[in-house]
Amino acid sequence: MFGDIFNAQFVASSIRVAIPLALAGLGGVFSERSGVINIGLEGMILSGAFTAVAVTNFTQNPWAGVLGAILVGILLGLIHAVTCITFKANQIVSGVAINLFASGITVFFCWLLFNETQIMVKTSLPIWGLPLPSIGEGSTFARNIIVMFAHYSPLVYLTIIIFILAHLILFKTPFGLRLRSVGEYPQAADTMGVNIIKMRYMAVMTSGALAGLAGSFLSLEQAHFFVKEMSGGRGFIALAAMIFGKWTPLGTAGAALLFGVGEALAMRLQGVLAIPVQFIHMVPYLLAIFVLVSAVGRATPPAADGIPYEKEIG
Amino acid sequence: MPEIALEMKNITKRFPLVVANDNVNFKVYKAEIHALVGENGAGKSTLMSILYGLYQADSGQIFINGKKIDIANPNVAINLKIGMVHQHFMLVPPLTVAENIILGMEPKKNNIFIDMEKAIKRVEELSESMGFKIDPKAKIENISVGIQQRVEIIKVLYRGAEILVMDEPTAVLTPQEVEELFEILKSLKKQGKTIIFITHKLNEVKALSDRVTVMRRGKVVGVKNTKDTNQEEIASMMVGRKVIFEIEKEPLNLGKTALKVEKLEALNNKGLPAVKNISFEIKEGEILGFAGVEGNGQTELVEVITGLRPTSSGKIFLYDKDITNYSPRNVREDKIAHIPEDRRQRGIISNYTVAENLILGSHYRLPFNKGLALNFTAINNHANNLIKNFDIRPSDKDNLLKSLSGGNQQKVIVARELYGEPKLLIAAQPTRGLDVGSIEFVHQQILNERDKGKAILLISADLEEILSLADRIAVIYEGEIVDILDPKKTNEKELGLLMTGSTANKKLLKVK
Ligand SMILES: Nc1ncnc2c1ncn2[C@@H]1O[C@H](COP(=O)(O)OP(=O)(O)OP(=O)(O)O)[C@@H](O)[C@H]1O
Ligand SMILES: [Mg+2]
Repeated sequence: MFGDIFNAQFVASSIRVAIPLALAGLGGVFSERSGVINIGLEGMILSGAFTAVAVTNFTQNPWAGVLGAILVGILLGLIHAVTCITFKANQIVSGVAINLFASGITVFFCWLLFNETQIMVKTSLPIWGLPLPSIGEGSTFARNIIVMFAHYSPLVYLTIIIFILAHLILFKTPFGLRLRSVGEYPQAADTMGVNIIKMRYMAVMTSGALAGLAGSFLSLEQAHFFVKEMSGGRGFIALAAMIFGKWTPLGTAGAALLFGVGEALAMRLQGVLAIPVQFIHMVPYLLAIFVLVSAVGRATPPAADGIPYEKEIG
Repeated sequence: MPEIALEMKNITKRFPLVVANDNVNFKVYKAEIHALVGENGAGKSTLMSILYGLYQADSGQIFINGKKIDIANPNVAINLKIGMVHQHFMLVPPLTVAENIILGMEPKKNNIFIDMEKAIKRVEELSESMGFKIDPKAKIENISVGIQQRVEIIKVLYRGAEILVMDEPTAVLTPQEVEELFEILKSLKKQGKTIIFITHKLNEVKALSDRVTVMRRGKVVGVKNTKDTNQEEIASMMVGRKVIFEIEKEPLNLGKTALKVEKLEALNNKGLPAVKNISFEIKEGEILGFAGVEGNGQTELVEVITGLRPTSSGKIFLYDKDITNYSPRNVREDKIAHIPEDRRQRGIISNYTVAENLILGSHYRLPFNKGLALNFTAINNHANNLIKNFDIRPSDKDNLLKSLSGGNQQKVIVARELYGEPKLLIAAQPTRGLDVGSIEFVHQQILNERDKGKAILLISADLEEILSLADRIAVIYEGEIVDILDPKKTNEKELGLLMTGSTANKKLLKVK
C-alpha cells in the first residue's frame, strides 16, 4: 500500500497542488512585508482562474489567458491598495469585500459569457520537456522522477524562477530593503526619503499579480476548467504558508510544498482508506491549523503589518 | 557677522487640535551649536520636522545658505545636506546597522544589487573618523540605545549632512554616553558642521551650545547667546514663571517598614535571570532610589513587585502581608501605586479620554461602577477635580490622551496613581522626557507623598533626580544591587561608575 501512495506521481501531484499556494503565498509575502494585510488573495485567485479560462477560450491562446489573469490580479490589488493605503480603510474588511466581490462577479460573467456554471479550457499550455532518457525498462521510481521533472507546464518553471527572483529582490536589492523597512517601521523609512505610499502600492499590486497567476495555474493546468468558488480556501492556506514560511519567499515555498503533500495525500487516501471522503478533504486544512499553532510565538509578522501610515494625528 | 546657515521665517503649522508653530522665526549661524528649548508640546520637534520635510508648514519660508527653498519631503532635505536624529529613534529593529544606514541611499553593484561590502566599509570608515567602533552587521534590536544613537549619527553623516538636527539626543543616555556624545558633537562643530540641539536639560544647553532659542506654546519667546544667560533665566522664559531647581526636603521621618523584599529572583522575557537575589526594605516616609543603566533588571524588578511578572524565588511583603505573586489587581487593591516607566505602553490608553484614563484601575469599583453601568457623574466629577488639582492642560476632561503633551500625559498618570492614598508608590523614570516645569511638579508630588509618610520606590536613570530626591540610593547592575549609598556621601561620578559595573573603581573611590 505504501508504494501505491508514495510514488513519483504523488510527488508530481504534490508539486502541482503546491504551485498556486506558493504563488499566492508569495503575493502575501510582498503585501505584508510592505505593511498591508491581504486576505483578498482568495478572491484574486478566483478572479485569475476565471479570467485565464475566459481569455484562453476567446483567443485560443492560453498565454493570453495567463496574462489576463495577472492583469485582473493587479487590478484587484490596485483596488485593495486604494482602499487600504490611500483611504486607510480596514484592511481585513477590504480583503473580505474583494473575496465576496470576486465570488459574485466570476459567476456573473460565467453565465453572461458562456451561459454555463462550468467552463472547460479549450486550449492547453504546452508541456515543456526534455527527451526521455532511456534508462532501463518499466517504471522505476528514478525514471518516473526524471520524467516528471522534465515534463512540466511552463508555469512550473516560471514559478521556480519567480521564487528565486523574489528572494533576490527582497533581500539583495535596494527595493527589497526599502520594502522591508516600510513594513517594519514606516516612520523611519519616511525619514530616509523612502516613499511609503509608492512602495506599498507596488507591493500590493505585485501581490495581486501573483495571486492572479496562481489562479491561472489552478484553472488552466490543475483543473482544466473553471467552476464557481474553485479557489476553495486556497488564498487562506496560502496565507498560512506565508506565516509558516516566516514571510520569506523560500520559507513560503517550503510551507506550500508541505500543504501540497497534505492535499495530494488526501486525494490518494480517497480510494484507499474506508473513511468518509469529507474527512479526507479536511486533511489540508487540519494541517494548516496544526502548522499555524506550532508556528505561533516563533512567527513574528512585520511590525507595521496592517497599520495604515499616518503622519498627523488628532 | 557670521554666515547664516539656515533661516526659517514666519513658520505656522496647525494640527487638528493645536497650533504647533505660530509664526516662528528661527535663525542658525554656520558652524554653531544652537540649542532649541521649550516646554513639552512647545513645538520644537514640529519645527524641525518642517525643516526636514516631514511636515509642510501652513505658511512661512525656509532659507538655506541664503536661498529660499521649498522642502517638500525628506529627500529634498537630504539633498540640501540637512540631517536629523529624531526624538524617537528612526531605526528598523530587525535590520542591521549597515542596512539602516544605507536605507534610501544604497550603494549598488551591477546597478541592481546592494553592494553590502562597500556599505560596510563606508560605515566602518565613518565610525572610525568619529573615533568609535561599531559592528555594521549587528542587528539594531540587539544593540544598546547608546550605540543606536551612534548609528543615527553615522546615518546622518553618511548622507553628507552639513546641518545636523538632534532632537533630545541625551534623554536615553547614561552620563558617560552623554559626555562621549558631546565630544562627538564638538568635533563635528570643528569640522564646520552646524548643529541644532533640542533638550530639556538646561545644564546641557550651558555646556554645549553657542546660542539658544526658547519656545513656548508654539512661539519663539527669546534668543540668547548662551554665555550671556543662565539656567534660571532660560527656565523662566520656557515656562513663563520662576522655576525652583533646588529641592527643599523635609528632614527624614521614618516609620514602620512598608515594603520588604527578600532574595527576589525573576527572569526576563528571554527567560534569562534579570533580577538576582535582590533584598531591600523601604520604610514609611522614605524614598529609596534605584540608580542604574536601563536594562539592568529595574524593569523586571518593578514588574515583579506590581504583579506583572512572576517571581522565580524570593518573597515580597507589604507591611506584614506576603504579596509575592499577587495579581496586578490584588496589588492595586493593597494600595500600591505604580507610575510605569513606559508611559505609552502601560500608563495610559492613548485613544481614551482624560476622564477615562483617570479611572483606569478603579473602573470596576464604586463609585465609578455601580452594577452594570459606569457612573458618569462620578467619573466626570473625579476627572474635573483631578484636572484642577494637578493642573492638567488643556483642562477638558474629554480630550483624548494622545492629544496631550508628554508632560500632561504624565500628570494624568501621577494624578490617577496618587488618588486614593497609596501605601507604597513605585515611580519608574517619572520625569523622562518632561520639561523643567513638569519635572518640578512631579518631584513636588513625590516629595509630598514622602512627607505624608508614604514609602516610595523611585527608579531613574537620571542621576541628578536620584541624588536630589532619594534618601538612600541602591545601585543596580546586571540584576544585582551592587551597593546602597547615602546620597549626601556620594556623587554622580561614583554612581556612574558603579552603574556601569566598575567595581574596581568603586574600591578605589572608597579608599579615597
Ligand atoms: N503628528 C501630529 N499630529 C497632531 N498633533 C501633533 C503631531 N505632532 C505634534 N502634535 C502636537 O503639536 C504640538 C507640538 O508638538 P511637538 O512634538 O512639536 O512638541 P515638542 O516641543 O517637541 O515637545 P516635547 O518636548 O514633548 O518633545 C503638541 O501639542 C502636539 O500634541
Ligand atoms: Mg519633541
